[in-house]
Amino acid sequence: MNGAGNLMDFLDEPFPDVGTYEDFHTIDWLREKSRDTDRHRKITSKSKESLWELIKSLLDAWSGWVVMLLIGLLSGTLAGVIDLAVDWMTDLKEGVCLSAFWYSHEQCCWTSNETTFDDRDKCPQWQKWAELMTGHAEGAGAYVLNYFLYVLWALLFSFLAVSLVRVFAPYACGSGIPEIKTILSGFIIRGYLGKWTLLIKTVTLVLAVSSGLSLGKEGPLVHVACCCGNLFCSLFSKYSKNEGKRREVLSAAAAAGVSVAFGAPIGGVLFSLEEVSYYFPLKTLWRSFFAALVAAFTLRSINPFGNSRLVLFYVEYHTPWYMAELVPFILLGVFGGLWGTLFIRANIAWCRRRKTTQLGKYPVLEVIAVTGITAVLAFPNPYTRRSTSELISELFNDCGALESSQLCDYINNPNMSRPVDDIPDRPAGPGVYNALWQLALALIFKIVITIFTFGMKIPSGLFIPSMAVGAIAGRIVGIAVEQMAYHHHDWIIFKNWCRPGADCVTPGLYAMVGAAACLGGVTRMTVSLVVIMFELTGGLEYIVPLMAAAVTSKWVADAFGKEGIYESHIQLNGYPYLDVRDEFTHRTLATDVMRPRRNDPPLAVLTQDSTTVEDVEALIKDTDYNGFPVVVSRESERLIGFVQRRDLTLAIKNARQKQDGVVSSSVVYFTEDAPQLPASNPQPLKLRRILNLSPFTVTDHTPMETVVDIFRKLGLRQCLVTRSGTELTLFISLSVQASPGYHHQEGRPATHGSNDEPGSRVHHVQLTEERRSFGLLHFVFWLIVVYCCMLLPYLY
Amino acid sequence: RRPTVKMKRVFLLEALSVACCVLLSQVTAKNSEDIRCKCICPPYRDIEGQIYKQNVSLKDCNCLHVVEPMPVDGKDVEAYCLRCECKYEERSSGTIKVTIIMYLSILGLLLLYMVYLTLLEPILKRRLFGHSQLIQSDDDVGDQQPFANAHNVLSRSHSRPNMLNKVEHAQQRWRRQVQEQRKSVFDRHVVLS
Repeated sequence: MNGAGNLMDFLDEPFPDVGTYEDFHTIDWLREKSRDTDRHRKITSKSKESLWELIKSLLDAWSGWVVMLLIGLLSGTLAGVIDLAVDWMTDLKEGVCLSAFWYSHEQCCWTSNETTFDDRDKCPQWQKWAELMTGHAEGAGAYVLNYFLYVLWALLFSFLAVSLVRVFAPYACGSGIPEIKTILSGFIIRGYLGKWTLLIKTVTLVLAVSSGLSLGKEGPLVHVACCCGNLFCSLFSKYSKNEGKRREVLSAAAAAGVSVAFGAPIGGVLFSLEEVSYYFPLKTLWRSFFAALVAAFTLRSINPFGNSRLVLFYVEYHTPWYMAELVPFILLGVFGGLWGTLFIRANIAWCRRRKTTQLGKYPVLEVIAVTGITAVLAFPNPYTRRSTSELISELFNDCGALESSQLCDYINNPNMSRPVDDIPDRPAGPGVYNALWQLALALIFKIVITIFTFGMKIPSGLFIPSMAVGAIAGRIVGIAVEQMAYHHHDWIIFKNWCRPGADCVTPGLYAMVGAAACLGGVTRMTVSLVVIMFELTGGLEYIVPLMAAAVTSKWVADAFGKEGIYESHIQLNGYPYLDVRDEFTHRTLATDVMRPRRNDPPLAVLTQDSTTVEDVEALIKDTDYNGFPVVVSRESERLIGFVQRRDLTLAIKNARQKQDGVVSSSVVYFTEDAPQLPASNPQPLKLRRILNLSPFTVTDHTPMETVVDIFRKLGLRQCLVTRSGTELTLFISLSVQASPGYHHQEGRPATHGSNDEPGSRVHHVQLTEERRSFGLLHFVFWLIVVYCCMLLPYLY
Repeated sequence: RRPTVKMKRVFLLEALSVACCVLLSQVTAKNSEDIRCKCICPPYRDIEGQIYKQNVSLKDCNCLHVVEPMPVDGKDVEAYCLRCECKYEERSSGTIKVTIIMYLSILGLLLLYMVYLTLLEPILKRRLFGHSQLIQSDDDVGDQQPFANAHNVLSRSHSRPNMLNKVEHAQQRWRRQVQEQRKSVFDRHVVLS
């Protein structure tokens, strides 16, 4: 390499080395674990040699925490940027701030001096588009112009979003959680967590949410956080070279993503544990919590909502609830379960149609059409015109004496003493009934349009729309119960717990319970849902209603179908994901499932010292198995080990290029010593280092339940079946939901048992020289940077 | 020792972080208008509901300091103030400004690059290399794929390893990856329904 080439070394294509995986294949958990144990053992044994080695071992141990810190910082920053940009762009559809164009409506009117209550939202600095263009603020012409510009802005934002996704990063569309679940279970999708995907997902998420579509940003935020995790993994070889360790970091990053989306660190960790991760060791639990806390702290210091809260709909009332209210709460749970089932069935049917028919050929047109319909139908109803987060915030909030919204148009008693908290129940004014009609229409609209929105080719999440549906339903039920309690306070049920003049019913609580029920019905979350909801509200008093609703909705929804929305999407796309919750109910043995069967061609094996390079290459070309068992000889088929197809290909290619004397008729041997050959034969090729000497085997009478359990718990992809001890007969490989795209998915063989890998040790040695001085410098630098960043706010 | 690929990446990242810290210092400069106290006072006797705002600090955020002019007389002030609810709010206008401008500039750059890739580059390539050299790849579906001639240009490049060629190589490799992704997502519907 000449001097000029050095600067651009990172532009060169990286050469794949032995031990990496191909795209759209699964990793071998056992091999990754044993590699990590080897690495750790090496470092620990060397740390006793000198102080420098001890420091290096400490740095290696701390690298996990450094990665978590970085992930938390970046996720929190990106979430803050997204929140601020969404806030501004959503208001851009309606008007613009004249004094400083970067302010949203609320920020623009922050310093204005309007004192009267009716004018609280108006200020001269912020004008709607009609007012800006024509000078008229009211009237039919202004309304039509505002309407037209609203639709135009929505179409523009969604068109930009889908174009950016299409041109730069097609993997940035959709929610991301089904694919992340698959990746965390051991699947490889190269580029899914890449830098361009991160950038495009962040930018287009803002555009998609601002365009007024019925989607949320929580699922995509998990994807963004996992991309950050992947980005920082590449800084440390401990994580970048080991796919198993990398997935631990990604689990923690997913927790950080949910934490910033909801302002719920504990809920985020539980979500990662329950929904997203496949293997979740206890060490990951503590580290995930750390990442989630750092992310939440970073977001709070950016302060996007101006009141040190992390989420737009944080509520703080503490009014008590009554036992008799459990009946409407359970009814809301049933509604949530039913809605969840309806949504999953309808959405999967629509997505399947998109996959298989002509609809899928016009993604840009589809997005524009759905946005157009959404904007046209959403503008007239004031509850759908504003962003969904604001709608939820309004529905969650309890009405004070001084609210200006229609929903709080209660008839006030002029002698009332308390203005905000604990206001006694009041009769509803005409505004409330009006609001109820509009809310009912909004409910129907949201139920229908979300089915068509989720799964389009733009980043789309589904937490916020589900919560909106639930919140609307809950609020309607809450107002109904409240009015019933007020007007019929002499009925038996109300007499005991609701005296006139007391604050019995809080419709905002019903909205929260409804939101939890609907979200639980769709995603089938249990503990994480309850924890997220009570972290959102800050009140431990409401755990029981939330749990009642969540449990009811899960039971009702499970009665119709066992899978949540993410598992359904995994099944729809045919990803190789073995769900831990599924049970294997057939009473079969291993002999019934294994291949080759009676009529199939015989098993393709390699012998330990009599196959030539030519034979191996022919075998690789003729078959598409991912690995081959190695036996003693064709006569006595005793199993020696298992070799991976990819490793074989790379090793032979390497050998042909680099080693002298290796030709097509060279013998390939897997034993420790070269076989006895006449001197005229060409140089034999030793491939023992790529051989797995301890492949997993079961006998042919092992029940399939056990085999499936072994696959699930150990993360195997291939299992060999032997008869009478060591005689190899046949083998099973994992092919879960084999769909056309993944027919190669028949297992990534376990190539390494507990033996050391001489080959890769060479790689390590070459790099440690440079790493030595650089690693410490690098670490100290980051420490200083983080410390300064934390100190900066206090300097001013 | 010659630094490796990874070191280069990390140096870039660290330079970026220094820039971010400088930006952070801009952002955290406090503006006096960024704090306020908001008092909401409900209707009292014949006085209507009012909202009062003032830029005062946390310790002065109460009814007596903020509600000016006081609409009631001496002895009613306490009763009136008991019903008012005062909240202290803070924001960072620097953060908002920096974030929105940064976001818009990144969006603008991406849009320009997208326009260049989809519209300008095929025209430029056609002019430079002539019609006969361009082979449309056979997976052109519907409208023009931006990276359709990635393979072609890659094969044409000279073997001199200078910087411009390396950048172009890397760009072509990235385009090929995006092309693959686009095929699996949009055409074959294998990933992401």
